[in-house]
Amino acid sequence: MSRVMTVARKEFRSYFQSPIAYIFITVFLALTQWLFFRGFFLIGQATMRDYFGTVPVVFFLFVPAITMRLWAEEKKLGTLELLLTFPVKDWELVMGKFLAAFAFLAATILLTLPLAITVSALGDPDNGAMLGGYLGCLLLGGAYLAIGLWISGLTQNQIIAFILTAVTCFGLYIIGDPLVLSSVPKALVPFFANLSMSYHFESIGRGVLDSRDLIYYLSIIGFFLFLNVRSVESRQWS
Amino acid sequence: MIEVRNLTKRFGPTVAVNNVSFDVPSGEVVGFLGPNGAGKTTTMRVLTCYLPADSGTVKVSGYDTFEQPLEVRRRIGYLPESAPLYLDMGVIEYLEFAAGMRGILPAERGRRIRQMIDVCGLGPMLRKDVGHLSKGYRQRVGLAATLLHDPEVLVLDEPTSGLDPNQIIEIRDLIKEIGREKTVILSTHILPEVEATCSRVLIINDGRIVASGTTEELTRLAAGRSTTQVTIKAAADSIEPRLRTLPGVESLHLLDRPKPGIASYEVVADASQEIAEDIFRLAVESGWILTELRSSHLSLEQVFLQLTMGDKRS
Repeated sequence: MSRVMTVARKEFRSYFQSPIAYIFITVFLALTQWLFFRGFFLIGQATMRDYFGTVPVVFFLFVPAITMRLWAEEKKLGTLELLLTFPVKDWELVMGKFLAAFAFLAATILLTLPLAITVSALGDPDNGAMLGGYLGCLLLGGAYLAIGLWISGLTQNQIIAFILTAVTCFGLYIIGDPLVLSSVPKALVPFFANLSMSYHFESIGRGVLDSRDLIYYLSIIGFFLFLNVRSVESRQWS
Repeated sequence: MIEVRNLTKRFGPTVAVNNVSFDVPSGEVVGFLGPNGAGKTTTMRVLTCYLPADSGTVKVSGYDTFEQPLEVRRRIGYLPESAPLYLDMGVIEYLEFAAGMRGILPAERGRRIRQMIDVCGLGPMLRKDVGHLSKGYRQRVGLAATLLHDPEVLVLDEPTSGLDPNQIIEIRDLIKEIGREKTVILSTHILPEVEATCSRVLIINDGRIVASGTTEELTRLAAGRSTTQVTIKAAADSIEPRLRTLPGVESLHLLDRPKPGIASYEVVADASQEIAEDIFRLAVESGWILTELRSSHLSLEQVFLQLTMGDKRS
């Protein structure tokens, strides 16, 4: 377990050793808050529902930026060989990297708390929905991170990792979109909806904690971390 | 200490390591010598549990690399080729990371790191980022990290490649120093390096071990033979077969054809034969014109060349 933390610490620190972390946090906060406040005073309701509505879309672009380097850079620098010859189990490496990325994303989301406080000060928002929204962000972000981490392990090119991750996350999100659901056969609608990230995200965002949504996100995370461990094990590095 | 039996590793259709077996007893510095692409790195990667073998077994300190990879990795310090490092880390930070990954107890870490900084002469560079260090210092940082946990076996892949001559001498001395207490395998394609640092040599070519022994043994192997360079002016196709029929000739390489009708060869023969005289007589009998005839004894370098390039040149 201490090795998981060693890896996680190293990855987490390396975000802040380059400008990536600062640019990421600044742009993320500026973009999402601008998108939110554009409509906030027009609608005149003390709710963060619109804010959480923009997050999944912004995540398509931002989460791949967090994960793209995690394995790809190790391969490019050749440090993967160091990492894999330490007395460490493959899952410990995968877990360490995932935790670092998740901690970074969680820290970014935490920085939107002033927004929640502002909204609370201006009116009387539904606290359940707000908590649900935050939980949804963390779970959705975690699922995207697990996908991105796995994809980063399939290439040594960070740009490829970025684009493939964005496309995959977008695909998993869009299949729950009403537009898509209306064009698939009726019998498949529940299947697509349940498989999509958006369906579960909206469900949690209503402030009702349903175990199915939790299980959905945790299994997506678990599944892709498992795929990642397998790809590390097989050393199928292109 | 290290036991390799019938190791084979393929990458698709190419066989990188072909049925290789060798032993490295404890406390020896063994040089793994071979041209680029001979299978040195692949063998080392199997030894360090980075790649699995296709067949055969590798044991380090009695632990099988396939069955108990963590035990093997615990006992090995591995420096991959060109010493990859995290360039955005500081020197101390990197050593602390490596110590953490090695599972060195936090109470021990500071002492071990200070010790390795001394051994590897990193003192003046402690405040720098790894990315700002010269190649030689990066190599030392890598070496310091591989020594942190006091490994029983040290595996170094081309530890001196890309260094300037002064740095090469420093790193070699360091390896010799370390080799007094530990088992070391180092790979190289530079011959003098082996003569300078290793007590034993394994020569590998096309994935096979073609010779092994102490440097003295290999030189003795060479001493039994002589090489003669001869340049002959005659119809080309008649020269080679007739030279081969001379008694004691072991191999014959065409060195050069400076002009049509002129060819120079390198003849390797048993040293007990007066091969130069025989060549002279043969030339007279056949009516060839000899423009050069020079004999010498085989050096370790030529043994190496012969073993690793023989097929391609003849």
